[in-house]
Amino acid sequence: MASTRIGRRPVATYILLIVMMVLFLFPVLYLFIGSFEPPSLTLGGLRGIIPTSVTFENYVGLNQQFSNPQFTGSLRGFYTVSGIVSLSVVVGSLLVNSLAGYSLSRLRYRGRRGLLLGVIVLVIIPFESIAVPLYYMLQGLRNTIEVQIIPFIGSAFSIYLFYTFFLALPVQLEEAARIDGAGPWRTFFQIILPNAKPAFASVAILTFIQAWSSYLWPLMTTSQPNVYPLPIAIGNLVKQQSIPNFGQMFAFGVILVVPMAIFFIIFQRWFIRSVASLAVKG
Amino acid sequence: MAEIVIDNVSKRYENGFNALHNVSFTVAEGEFMVVVGPSGCGKTTLLRMVAGLETTTDGEIRIGGRVVNNDTPAERDLAMVFQNYALYPHMTVEQNIGYALKLRKVPKDEIRAKVRQAADILSLTEYLDRRPGQLSGGQRQRVAMGRAIVREPSAFLMDEPLSNLDAKLRVQMRAEVLQIQRRVGVATLYVTHDQVEAMTMGDRVVVMRAGVLQQCDTPQTLYDRPANVFVAAFVGSPSMNLFYATLGDDGRSLRVGSQTVTLSDAVLAERPHLASYQGRELVVGIRPEDLTLEGSGDALSVKVGHVEGLGSELMAHFSMDARAFTLDEAQGSAEELDEALASTVLTEHVRYVVRLAARCGVGAGDALTLYPTMERFHFFDAATGESIW
Repeated sequence: MASTRIGRRPVATYILLIVMMVLFLFPVLYLFIGSFEPPSLTLGGLRGIIPTSVTFENYVGLNQQFSNPQFTGSLRGFYTVSGIVSLSVVVGSLLVNSLAGYSLSRLRYRGRRGLLLGVIVLVIIPFESIAVPLYYMLQGLRNTIEVQIIPFIGSAFSIYLFYTFFLALPVQLEEAARIDGAGPWRTFFQIILPNAKPAFASVAILTFIQAWSSYLWPLMTTSQPNVYPLPIAIGNLVKQQSIPNFGQMFAFGVILVVPMAIFFIIFQRWFIRSVASLAVKG
Repeated sequence: MAEIVIDNVSKRYENGFNALHNVSFTVAEGEFMVVVGPSGCGKTTLLRMVAGLETTTDGEIRIGGRVVNNDTPAERDLAMVFQNYALYPHMTVEQNIGYALKLRKVPKDEIRAKVRQAADILSLTEYLDRRPGQLSGGQRQRVAMGRAIVREPSAFLMDEPLSNLDAKLRVQMRAEVLQIQRRVGVATLYVTHDQVEAMTMGDRVVVMRAGVLQQCDTPQTLYDRPANVFVAAFVGSPSMNLFYATLGDDGRSLRVGSQTVTLSDAVLAERPHLASYQGRELVVGIRPEDLTLEGSGDALSVKVGHVEGLGSELMAHFSMDARAFTLDEAQGSAEELDEALASTVLTEHVRYVVRLAARCGVGAGDALTLYPTMERFHFFDAATGESIW
């Protein structure tokens, strides 16, 4: 069926799509290939879809740049910080925001509508506009890992995403669970959560991307190499070098991108999987 | 096993809407009780209150002699079948059926055995490993039933469980549901808006309207002796013909428009209260099958508007020189005049219907003489709508 439909589509559409794809993929491909080429060739542009001469020079050089954990920090350290921060934010965010979204969509209590309105208003407020007040609120936590985690766990956008998803789940599922004898927590974890995987996956992916590539906030709150996340380190690399080493920058770019890609690949199947199998309508 | 007692139960929502007014009835052990009424009559609310999914504003609900008003749904030990089945999409049929037992910490082997047994009864054995999404509507319905029976609850609650099935399957499942209920033998409260379902399934039927219980009786009694004009119009398909008539001063001549029918002694003897309506207008009802083409005594002249041939019989819709009665006239609000009643108000003039033999040769435009079966006349107070006996 699908093939006949595709077969009817005009060739022009495909040509356009291919051109667009090449345009969008070009920088990514260039980043990967450039990182494996000698620094002298890096800026020479993309000469093919495989590197002309493969070398790990850039990666080795990059590692040497951060060889003194005390003063420069180490790649391993940045990775650890970024990893702990991102995963903590993702886990905390899934737990806190899903429960908040559930409460807004299902429980009936005074002030619920007001709260929901508050959440919607918060969605449109950019982080940059509250960064400075937040900085003063959390001054005592400067140069810690916690300060990079705490502000990002509660997210109005994630709450709203969960809220809309839970609204679409048939309430009878929960009622059936109540009659079967499940309490509210069990209902949430055994009935709601398994049926809300797409929502959890979406929030996980979006939160991870945001946390992993966060720059402004760690720049404001950290000044010691032992609590630098990767994006700050790459910024410092640029600042340190009087003559920029683009090969090393490319290598750093790859290091930054790969975990995000892996995370996305793990969760995308839930991201894509539809809820069409919800066995509720006859 | 236990009986369900609904004792003077009312439901008032926070916004002031009264969904139920002082409803009382008892579902005996093993009884199949159907609650029927047009949409918005409060029947589902009542069921949810019994289940513990809604709070009870006033009155008592007792299950097995115990007041359960403040019990959680689980503590009430009921099983409920939902209109949309509410199967857990992420669990297999086996897990769906066994979930309640798992929560009760029943040993695994025992759960397995009970689920198999239920699946056997419901012919679901070969589907135990499937998920609800891979089943047909009828199979899902059976899984929902399985989930209910495996628990061996003290009572069953069913909320329009057959309304998502197509017509043929619905008739088949009606029999299956009844069969299972008989086998398990627990008190069952079954909600539907379909009066045919109510009549065919219920040991007794509760008819509700606008949150008020109209009548609770066996299907045959509802049909033969409706308590009021609403029950008369709601039960039976096609609906009862209802029109205004005036009882003469002699207490036996009934003026229907310009025609007169003389009531027999038997009719008057059976309904002593009719005497007090001398010279007054009342509402008269006659079912479509209680009018015949041949007979003796007084008859009504009518004109056929259109006919519906059903193969086995023929419905002739006719007009008659008499003011037709419609429900909204008697009781104020037209809003809950259900689809089920729509046939009573077909068009301005052609409001009545007679059930005739299939090949009687009656066609549109014919003038007919119809002989009413006197004993089957129903009389209602024109002001209150109450039945006159």
